[in-house]
This record gives sequence, structure tokens and C-alpha cells, in this order.
Amino acid sequence: MMMDYGTLRGLIALLILALFIVIVVWSYSKKRKSAFDDVANSIFEEDTEIKHNDKNNKQETNNNV
Amino acid sequence: MTTTLDHPSYNFNVVRQFTVMTVIWGIVGTLVGVLIAAQLIWPALNFETPWLTYSRLRPLHTNAVIFAFGTSALFATSYYVVQRTCKTTLFGGKLASFTFWGWQAIIVLAAITLPLGYTSTKEYAELEWPIDILIAVVWVSYAIVFFGTLVKRKTSHIYVANWFFGGFIITVAVLHIGNSMAIPISMMKSYSLYSGAIDAMMQWWYGHNAVGFLLTAGFLGMMYYFVPKQAERPVYSYRLSIVHFWALVSLYIWAGPHHLHYTALPDWAQSVGMVMSIVLFLPSWGGMINGIMTLSGAWHKLRHDPILRFLIVSLSFYGMSTFEGPMMAIKSVNALSHYTDWTVGHVHSGALGWVAMVSIGALYHLIPVLFNQGRMYSIRLINIHFWMHTAGIVLYIVAMWISGVMQGLMWRAVNTDGTLTYSFVESLTASYPFYFIRFVGGVLVVLGFLLMAYNMFKTIGAKDGSLKPVEVA
Repeated sequence: MMMDYGTLRGLIALLILALFIVIVVWSYSKKRKSAFDDVANSIFEEDTEIKHNDKNNKQETNNNV
Repeated sequence: MTTTLDHPSYNFNVVRQFTVMTVIWGIVGTLVGVLIAAQLIWPALNFETPWLTYSRLRPLHTNAVIFAFGTSALFATSYYVVQRTCKTTLFGGKLASFTFWGWQAIIVLAAITLPLGYTSTKEYAELEWPIDILIAVVWVSYAIVFFGTLVKRKTSHIYVANWFFGGFIITVAVLHIGNSMAIPISMMKSYSLYSGAIDAMMQWWYGHNAVGFLLTAGFLGMMYYFVPKQAERPVYSYRLSIVHFWALVSLYIWAGPHHLHYTALPDWAQSVGMVMSIVLFLPSWGGMINGIMTLSGAWHKLRHDPILRFLIVSLSFYGMSTFEGPMMAIKSVNALSHYTDWTVGHVHSGALGWVAMVSIGALYHLIPVLFNQGRMYSIRLINIHFWMHTAGIVLYIVAMWISGVMQGLMWRAVNTDGTLTYSFVESLTASYPFYFIRFVGGVLVVLGFLLMAYNMFKTIGAKDGSLKPVEVA
């Protein structure tokens, strides 16, 4: 039997909700924590390298007074 | 993770070009805004010239600030961030350069055709079909450069800022091509492929997602890189940023119908738009809190760093606008607010407060990096710019709130016999003082942008490495 169009849309909405819950559980799982901490810090990595290589061509600004 | 000692040679040339043009278009766009704000007080300022009339300059203003200023800022920062976080140069070689010259050509074409009166009459999509095709070509090239760079990245993970940039690039392509479908009848005139209420729904599906993806997701990408960088601390919660991304992109797309309350659009569609707009409050505030809390434990930095102040205050305005927006999407509130200056105030608290301030902060961080300096030419001028811009916005939005609520109340007031209490002109006369305050606020914003341009050119002109970063005491 063909599924009613409205039922199909309802199921898709549920599917997307389930997917969203999976994303939340995945991103907040304990296993992922250290990996995410590394990624959050990754934007600072290159600057330390460059600072060692070339003092005059400092890539990072501080702009603080 | 493989990291080589010699850092990859980045394509910063295209980033520099877009950065400089962002500031130039910022001045032009806000200046046109001030002119039309002045015309609302002194109508004689159109000098009886057709191409200087409010009706033609208003779309020029919106196109200039959204597509010239805002989108140039997005091009500059996305090209910069994707290279730095993927540790590789831009994909596509000359294609990146093509996106710069193509996009500037589109802006120039808009600046010529809109004052001449060529318009498709779709708000924020006024440009006629030949220009629309050029936009589609440049935008697809942008997507190829951006995603090509992601594909050849030297890092294993794709940093969250790139997710927001990528989401914004794909969605804007879909929105622009979908909404701009038209049947040309001559070189400069076309009619929409859609009709009636469907055309209206397409238009506001496009219109609201231009806000949601171009003016929000794109600038959130900017926020997720430049706020942690300037604060010198990683983002408050990387996990929240992932949930933030998926919640935001899956909800925004449904909010468009709130622009069409009490119109020919079916009631159920209006209600869906209203409910989705209210739910949207959650991811918006999740993201705002994530940005602001990045500073937790380092609030003292705000005292000394005007660039960080720009970035953090932009998030405060983002929080304000994304609270105000869902509220205005409620049908009974919308009955009061729609078609009044309240809407104009709401848009500008988002545009001047969130979009402009986060861009200005990001550019002040970026300009010294791009031009081999340790800092901007003058930190004092950044601070003055910050206060001028903030004062300008506050004057602008407070004036528009009062004027808007007043208009809404006057328009709906009825006498006991059912006749209207006020004529339209009476409400207009009552708005004049607020139009003047708005004009003053706009002037402050333009002057701030001029200071920024001066500071930028002084930084670019200085001898390489001569501006040393000032150490915090």
C-alpha cells in the first residue's frame, strides 16, 4: 500500500529529530572530549611555529595596548 | 597530523583585496544610507533628479551594505580562515582572483543599474537577470575555491568556522538561483517565474534566509575564528558549536513566512513560520553564549582591547536582535510592528550591531596580519571608532523603536464610531524628531568608517614590521 504523503512527511520529521539527537549525543560523548579540545586549540598551533621561525614576520597580532 | 616547518605559502593577495574593498564599500553603503535618512527629513535632497530619489537609492543602500560591504567581508575572512585552519593555500589558482573581480563588477553594475531604475522589484534581489546570472557564476566559483581548499586540507578535522562558511556558501547559491528564476522579456526586464502568493513565499524564503545564512551563518563563521584568536583562548565549548551549527541550519530555512503574516499566504504556513522563528531563539542564543563565554576568566581583556570590545559587543547585539526577531515573528506582535519603523530598527540592530561590528573587529585583527605589521597604526583610533559606532547604533535603534511603536499604535487607534483616530500624515509628522535622531546616528557610523579607512591605509603604508605589538603591562 502506498504511504500517505502526510504520513511520509511526519516520518521524515521524526527521522530528522532522531538525527539531531544523535548529533547531540555524539558531540557530548566523553570519548570525543579530548579530540574536540585539540581542535578548539588548533587555531593557535601555527602561530607558535611561525614565531620560532621568523621573528620579523610575526603572523599573530595582539593589538593590545 | 602532518605539519611541515616551512608554512605553506598562502594566497593572501585575494584576502587583502577583499579586505580593503570591505572598508571602502562600508563607507559607500552607509553614506547612501545617511543620504536617504536625510531625504526622509528634508525631501528636497533628491534635487528633483530621478536617480537620486529615495525609491532608487534605498535598494542601492541595501545592496551596498549587504552584498558589497558584508559579502566582501565574508569573502576576505572565509578565504583567510579556510587557508589558516586547513594549513594549505586556496584551491583553484586564478579562480579566487576571478571571484574578486567578478564580485566587484557585480557591485559596480548594481551601482549603475539601480539608480537608473532597473529593478526586478524583489527586495534584496532587485538586480536584473543578466546580473543575476553573473552572481550565480561568481558564487559557484566561490564554492569551488572554498570546498576545493577544504578537500586538499593538511589537517584531519574541519574547524567549525569552516562549517558555518560552507553552509552559508551552499545555501546562498540555492536561495539566489531559486528566487531569481525569471522569464526575460528584454535585456533589462524580466518577470518572476512564480506567481501570486507562491512568488511572495519564494521571495521571503530567499529574503529571510539571506538574513539567516548570509548575514548570520557566514558571520558566525567569522565569530568562531576571530573571537578566540583575539581573546587568545579557545572557544568556550567546541561541542556546543557543533550542536549550534546543525540546529541553526536546520531551523532557519523555515522562518521565512513570518514576513507574510496576515497576507494571502495560507494561515497554516504563517503559523509554521511563526513557530519555527520562535524555536530559532534557542540555537541563536546558544551560539551567542558560546561566543561571549569564550572570554570567561579573561574579562579584563575588554578593558584594554577595543578590537575585542567590537567582537564581544557584536555578540551582545546579536543576542538582542535574535530575541527581538522571534518576538516580532509572533503574529499578534507582528500586527503592531509590521510596516513600521520598528522593523527598520530591528534590521539595523542586526546589521550595524552584529554584522558590521563583528566584521570591523575581525578586520582590525586581520589587517596587520595581512600587511606584515604587529598591530594597527593607531589603537586609540580603534577605540574612538568603537564608541562612535556604538553611540550611532544606540541612537539609531532607540529612535526607530519609539517611532515604530508609536506608528503602530497610531495606525490602529480607532474612535468609538469605528473611524481611524489619526491620518497617515499625522503619524508621519510625529516621526520627524526620530528621523533626525536616526540621521545623527547614521552620521556617527559613517564617520567611524572613515576613521577605520584612515587607520587601515596608515597601517598598509607603514614600513613592514615597523608597527610593534604593544605588550600588556
